[in-house]
Amino acid sequence: MSDKWQPTIVGFFCNWCTYTAADLAGVSRMKYPATVRVIRLMCSGRVDPQFILKAFAGGADGVLIGGCHPGDCHYLEGNYKALRRFEMMKKLIAGFGIDEKRLRLEWISAAEGEKVKRVIEEMTQQVQELGPLDVPKIFAGWDEELDKLEEEIKKEAEEPSHV
Amino acid sequence: MESNGEIRIGFYVCHCGSNIGRVVDVPRVADTMSKMPGVVVSRDYKYMCSEPGQALVEQDIKDHRLNRVVVASCSPLLHEKTFRTAVGRAGLNPFYFQMVNIREHVSWVHEDSMEATEKAIALSRAAIHRVVYHRPLETRRVDIKSSVLIVGGGIAGIHSALKLADAGVKVYLVEREMTIGGHMAKFDKTFPTMDCAACILTPKMAQVREHPNITLWTNSEVTGLDGHVGSFKATVVRHPRYVKEDLCVGCLDCIEGCVVRTSDGRSSMISVDAFRKSRSDSNGATPKVAVTKLPNEFDEGLSTRKPVYIPFPQAVPQIVAVDPNSCLQIKTGKCKQTCVERCERDAFDFTQTDTTEEIEVGAIIVATGFKTFDPHRIPEYHYNDYEEVYTALEVERMVNASGPTGGHIEMNNGQRPKSVGIVHCVGSRDFHYNRWCSRVCCMYSLKLAHLIREHTGAEIYNCYIDMRCPGKGYEEFYDRLLAEGVHFIRGRVAEILDWPMSKAEEGKLVLRVEDTLAGFVRRVPVDMVVLSTGLEPRADSEDVRRLFGISCSTGGFFLEKHPKLAPVETTSDGVYLAGCCQGPKDIPDTVAQAGAAAAEALALISRGYIEMEPNTASIDEEECSGCKSCIGLCPYNAIHFDEEKNVAVIDETLCKGCGTCVAACPSGSIKQNLFEDDQIFAEIEEVLAHV
Amino acid sequence: MSDKPKIAMYWCASCGGCEESVVDLAEDILFVVENVDIVFWPVALDFKKKDVEAMEDGSIVASFINGAIRTTEQEEMVRMLRRKSQIVIAYGSCAQTGGIPALANLCEREAILQYVYHDAPTVKNPEGTRPQLETRENGFRATLPEFHNVVRTLGQIVDVDYYLPGCPPSPKLLKEAVIVLLSGNLPPKGTVLAPDKALCDECARKETKPETMEIEAFHRPHNTPVDPELCFLAQGIVCMGPATRAGCGAACTCGNMPCTGCYGPTSRVEDQGAKILSSLMANLAPKDEEGIRKALEGIPDPVGTFYRYAVAGSLMRGKLTK
Repeated sequence: MSDKWQPTIVGFFCNWCTYTAADLAGVSRMKYPATVRVIRLMCSGRVDPQFILKAFAGGADGVLIGGCHPGDCHYLEGNYKALRRFEMMKKLIAGFGIDEKRLRLEWISAAEGEKVKRVIEEMTQQVQELGPLDVPKIFAGWDEELDKLEEEIKKEAEEPSHV
Repeated sequence: MESNGEIRIGFYVCHCGSNIGRVVDVPRVADTMSKMPGVVVSRDYKYMCSEPGQALVEQDIKDHRLNRVVVASCSPLLHEKTFRTAVGRAGLNPFYFQMVNIREHVSWVHEDSMEATEKAIALSRAAIHRVVYHRPLETRRVDIKSSVLIVGGGIAGIHSALKLADAGVKVYLVEREMTIGGHMAKFDKTFPTMDCAACILTPKMAQVREHPNITLWTNSEVTGLDGHVGSFKATVVRHPRYVKEDLCVGCLDCIEGCVVRTSDGRSSMISVDAFRKSRSDSNGATPKVAVTKLPNEFDEGLSTRKPVYIPFPQAVPQIVAVDPNSCLQIKTGKCKQTCVERCERDAFDFTQTDTTEEIEVGAIIVATGFKTFDPHRIPEYHYNDYEEVYTALEVERMVNASGPTGGHIEMNNGQRPKSVGIVHCVGSRDFHYNRWCSRVCCMYSLKLAHLIREHTGAEIYNCYIDMRCPGKGYEEFYDRLLAEGVHFIRGRVAEILDWPMSKAEEGKLVLRVEDTLAGFVRRVPVDMVVLSTGLEPRADSEDVRRLFGISCSTGGFFLEKHPKLAPVETTSDGVYLAGCCQGPKDIPDTVAQAGAAAAEALALISRGYIEMEPNTASIDEEECSGCKSCIGLCPYNAIHFDEEKNVAVIDETLCKGCGTCVAACPSGSIKQNLFEDDQIFAEIEEVLAHV
Repeated sequence: MSDKPKIAMYWCASCGGCEESVVDLAEDILFVVENVDIVFWPVALDFKKKDVEAMEDGSIVASFINGAIRTTEQEEMVRMLRRKSQIVIAYGSCAQTGGIPALANLCEREAILQYVYHDAPTVKNPEGTRPQLETRENGFRATLPEFHNVVRTLGQIVDVDYYLPGCPPSPKLLKEAVIVLLSGNLPPKGTVLAPDKALCDECARKETKPETMEIEAFHRPHNTPVDPELCFLAQGIVCMGPATRAGCGAACTCGNMPCTGCYGPTSRVEDQGAKILSSLMANLAPKDEEGIRKALEGIPDPVGTFYRYAVAGSLMRGKLTK
């Protein structure tokens, strides 16, 4: 096991191209880091931006969307919809303070097992350079202030303040 | 089954022999999952997909009243159906099942056992939480049309067509060229038995012509495809041949009558260079050569033909065609039209234009074949410069008794070559061009070596990387050639030169090759060189692939669904592959594959129906605001606006289940079976739960 | 003591518009006053914190709380009201999803204080005074509430039973809510007391929305002529209507302004902004990256556009600066 911090990346792979390519990478016994947890969808067009935010909010350090190459979508144009959403999502997450490099869209055809490996290696490294995102921890940090109220109230009971 | 709403999950994790177990700590996965909420049974087993493995699931469903099942093993693309069926056999709805891919996506790609096990646990946990949200679903049955479209009329397409037609299936065979027969029709003999290609092929071509169940459309192309497995709608464009097919009887009198004169045979070789050049310049487009020097494509340009022609005497259909690029009447409108005069049946029609046929078929076999590597791309072989450098296919024609030279191997000066070099692996096994082995070149090189030697008595030098003769009787054929005195030099030819360095090399072509067995560089002077060009995907394979919604392998050959278990299926249900469009192969393999493709199509058709994956989307009319955001997004026009109810409605028979509209519905009113938001949210949460 | 159900109203970080909306009940307010006993409503009636403290836990039937939660005082008050109330209703966008105050979650707390007490052009504060949490003078201790690091929704502080969405909620929804509460026939916990359909359902422009949009570019209402009849999306103007609950009677679109999303998402959507983004982007015309980026220039601030009322309640809650 490498000593380096390993990010957790949620992958949304389309059934026809990228998921199959990941299967091919497996059949070909290519080796890549165990950083991407793949969720299979029928099409990259099914990737609801809510899924992306949910993944970040849930603790993902990165999100990788894999679809068929433009023109090759099994459902004709789902990948274009994914591309358009992706472009806006990059702007959106930047607005929320998330480096847009944590979100990646790749066209990986069923034959490109090699590309699955390369993309996962690249993205792992890229996210490693950015460091952990860990939104749940950020939220926990924000919410530490909530516990302070109890003490405040206790103090108030002991020594009432006057305005 | 679902008593009082209690969730009772059975979790099974597979060792897959040692495929998974070697890397993933399978017992630990089972143990961890046994503690997950709702999990009643958690087991690991050597081979979950085996009969006892499936029986284990079935028994547990009965014994433990399971109402959800999760199996962590290989890719769902491989065994999801297997387990769903097992779950169904036990009386549970098959869609109360979820599969976790811990082989292709985990044990085969990760080396660190700890990391792999953690990933396997995360993925398993996601599936366990997901499956809670599963709902019982019904598969939809779709009737299958009892007809098949076969694209490509080479030996693969022909064989598939005949098999299916014999079984009573209506076949549409669409061929781009004027005749069926493909590459095989050009060959003289076939290895290793040396039986005559025409003798085995032309009877099959004739059968195609005569078969009542086969509609043959040559000079035609499939330009559009719609629909889905069981009910494809294909558009076929039939290009004009300017001859009425139903009237022409193939008497060929019109060819005789055509005013354009050609010189026959070898004396017309002047056109070859022009042909080659034009072929390389225009990338396969019709060569722009003088009318009188019209190269015959079927003879690889080694002979000429007229604007009115038939590709070769045994062509099917036996109907002449007019080449609009060279016919004086079509080009200039000024021709005596002696061809028309000659035609007793008045079959000519110069006003013909493209016509379109729309057909409905249940399945499709793609058998679009290959193209040979263009040796112009390797400048050091000087295919363009030296007249005595030929491609193997050109020599195939030359050696063919019905070919341009009547079966004589002769050089441009009319002499027989005394020595011939055969260069293997031209464009194959070469990182600069194509990395793959074209599989057939070693054997056809041996065949040509044998034939050339037989015809000319010349010394033959085979320069090879390895001899690859893995087939029935192939190695024996190689032995026979060795015994016949053919020379074999192990080494890739670096260069073909025409400047002599010794008396013996004068007036010859010299092969410069490192003899890797002897350990020095040889210079082999020969009269003639044959380039054993490799096989490549067709130039338009990209368009074909998109048209039929199939994938390509790295080299551009069409991708089979599974390299071992589904070698003729594609990721597009109902579309099958046969022949070299899937990868280089010899005739026996092509025929075997064509038979397999026919069998797959027949199996589909014989069942009469197909069960569609129920992953369709639907809109709850109580929830839809009628914002219409989804309507324009559907590529299948499956969504329409119900003016009366003021909501959008999805026609589930048209929906193919991509889920694009589901993701887009701004009020969350569209649901996709098998991929519901709740299910995916659960997965997202749980794959991240350990973080 | 009256035996009419006791009702409390409280405001937190809000503009006061929600309080106004109660008055907007007009003569219907008489019906409310007749049927309930208002025991706490700082804006209108002189009750003190200690009055509420003195009440028994659970003695208030329902507390209507508007505004987001930004200070310890607000936090303390809503925690107290929660204890004293059987039902807590998040009233209005701010309480439900953070509302306009939650846009502050896109800035650091320190940056806000710096601007408000020092940098804003209207501020004159030569000594650089900042409010102190605690001041001791003459043996007295004076305290001020603490300004939290982030704005929160009511639901992020206390358990909320029902939500009344809107900026502000329409009087109609309020009246219906009161009737439901008085009827005793309570809907399931967590219900948003508004129609669970998107705004398009009641928008007069719905019919003009084309089935295929293919949006080429986005325009903003202030820099483009706005057709008073045509669907805003058909004009390339971002309208949150398709992703926003109905219930307002399409007030904004009737006023020739696009919906900005104050009624929040439907029950089936977790993150309103992501959903409208998804829908609008899918309906873009360009297919190439450059064309898409160009089209997106019309939405320079996606968070502010898609989450105007929902930053605190969104999946991201705010800007994740460290």
